[in-house]
Amino acid sequence: MSDFSILEFIQQIINGLTLGSIYALIAIGYTMVYGIIGMINFAHGEIYMIGAYVGVLVITVLGLVGVDSIPLILLATLAMSILVTGSYGWTVERLAYRPLRGSPRLVPLISAIGVSIFLQNYVQLGQGARDVSMQPVLTGGWRFGPEGGFQVYLSYMQVLIAAITVAFMAGLTLFISRSRMGRACRACSEDRGMANLLGIDTDRVISLTFVLGATLAAVAGVLVSMYYGLVNPFIGFIAGLKAFTAAVLGGIGSIPGAMLGGVVLGLAESFASAYLQTEYKDVVAFALLILVLLVRPTGLLGRPDVEKV
Amino acid sequence: MSLELSKPPAIELITRPLLEVRNLSMRFGGLLAVDSVHFDVRRSQIFAMIGPNGAGKTTVFNCVGGFYRPTAGTVMLDGQPLHELPSYRIARRGLVRTFQNVRLFKTMTVVENLLISQHTQLETRLLSGLFNTLKYRRAEANALERAAFWLDKVGLLAVAHREAGNLAYGQQRRLEIARCMITKPKLLMLDEPAAGLNPQETRDLERLINELRAEHNVAVLLIEHDMSLVMDISDEILVMEYGRPIATGTPAEIRSNSKVIKAYLGEE
Repeated sequence: MSDFSILEFIQQIINGLTLGSIYALIAIGYTMVYGIIGMINFAHGEIYMIGAYVGVLVITVLGLVGVDSIPLILLATLAMSILVTGSYGWTVERLAYRPLRGSPRLVPLISAIGVSIFLQNYVQLGQGARDVSMQPVLTGGWRFGPEGGFQVYLSYMQVLIAAITVAFMAGLTLFISRSRMGRACRACSEDRGMANLLGIDTDRVISLTFVLGATLAAVAGVLVSMYYGLVNPFIGFIAGLKAFTAAVLGGIGSIPGAMLGGVVLGLAESFASAYLQTEYKDVVAFALLILVLLVRPTGLLGRPDVEKV
Repeated sequence: MSLELSKPPAIELITRPLLEVRNLSMRFGGLLAVDSVHFDVRRSQIFAMIGPNGAGKTTVFNCVGGFYRPTAGTVMLDGQPLHELPSYRIARRGLVRTFQNVRLFKTMTVVENLLISQHTQLETRLLSGLFNTLKYRRAEANALERAAFWLDKVGLLAVAHREAGNLAYGQQRRLEIARCMITKPKLLMLDEPAAGLNPQETRDLERLINELRAEHNVAVLLIEHDMSLVMDISDEILVMEYGRPIATGTPAEIRSNSKVIKAYLGEE
């Protein structure tokens, strides 16, 4: 702790929030699906990976065509990625989960693992197994701190990630709390059978949930591809695992929980890599999960009555 | 013959029973829980099912309400088959139900519970909801108005914005009935509505059911163990034992039926 400085600490918070935003965006997809059909969608990480690929492809194509306005690139990429990834989310539910509705809960879980392996290999076949890289779109940032000493670096991209994440989360929260379909989503997550008997087409609500989850995963994918400039068909696995951890940490089934869990996990990893060693970040992340589950089995914001197991 | 054919269909519509249950059977593995049940519920009729515990009343309910798919038999509402429809379509045809246990959306507010069951009557496109169009807002306003009407009717207007799970038990029961009625059903199915209510609340329930029938022309199919309530409000009673119907008739007929007395009191 001798080289501890407040500036380094601030830097870790910035890095942690950036990472946490990405985790939170992906985690919402896990938590919403779990909240409604009580299933862990293990293919969700791959949905995010597809979002990242679409991001890289669209940005590369726009670069070739000569579009260089950053807002335009961002909008076009987000729109395209959401469209494509949302369709994947919808299709996966339709083909791999809906036919299994009503079967024992292990069955869709295994189907999800199958979808995950399928999508990884499918992208590998189409895009190659190697890393695909691209030129960074948005470079530069601000530096704060003394000349010659440790300076806090806040890149424009980090600000963009935080801003877009907050915007989409706010949009989702509004949608869930105010709109009619959002109300139906909440009703289904509380008692799907009853919602059905009151005339709500629950299959439509479930489809919508998958599309919403995929939308947020697409946003995360686009942001990550812009941030790191690098994707490969396997990024979905570890990101999915971390986001799932974030969802459980925050209380699976709870949307604010997923947001909080993502941020807590991002911060924990960032601090672990700074103050311990980079290799320890996963150890700390999963140790935190175990600790929270021991003390609060329902997660940070989970409610006991949300639990469906 | 020709006379038969020229009969206007409207007459049939009026005379035909609202709900026709024919040869309904439900098997769970080796257990025949419901065996060839047969009954009709007419428009605006209050029809009760009684019988000892385990007689299969709730199973009949679940088959009629689309919660189970019956092993055999047909269920027709207004001349249309119900037993093949997905459950969310059954509500749209005009049949809703409650369960023995309260099944409100407990973390949602009282008024939200009533908005949920109007979801389908206000069929609007997703996009119009996202962009908050005028039509969407008008539909929401109408839904709120209807919700206020029903809250007033069941005496819950003052607690409209409380979480449903925090209401007293009797209030939750009334909210469930309001939530059903707001879908404008032709047939309301109540599974033990008086269970857990005190005598005063039971009398209120009796008055409410009578009012619903008188003012909203709804037929009521109920399962109930409270015999004084059943005898007071029912037009017709079906008695079940071991999954089969053993008697149907008016309260007076049922009271003096020897088979029924035997089922309830045991053999001499």
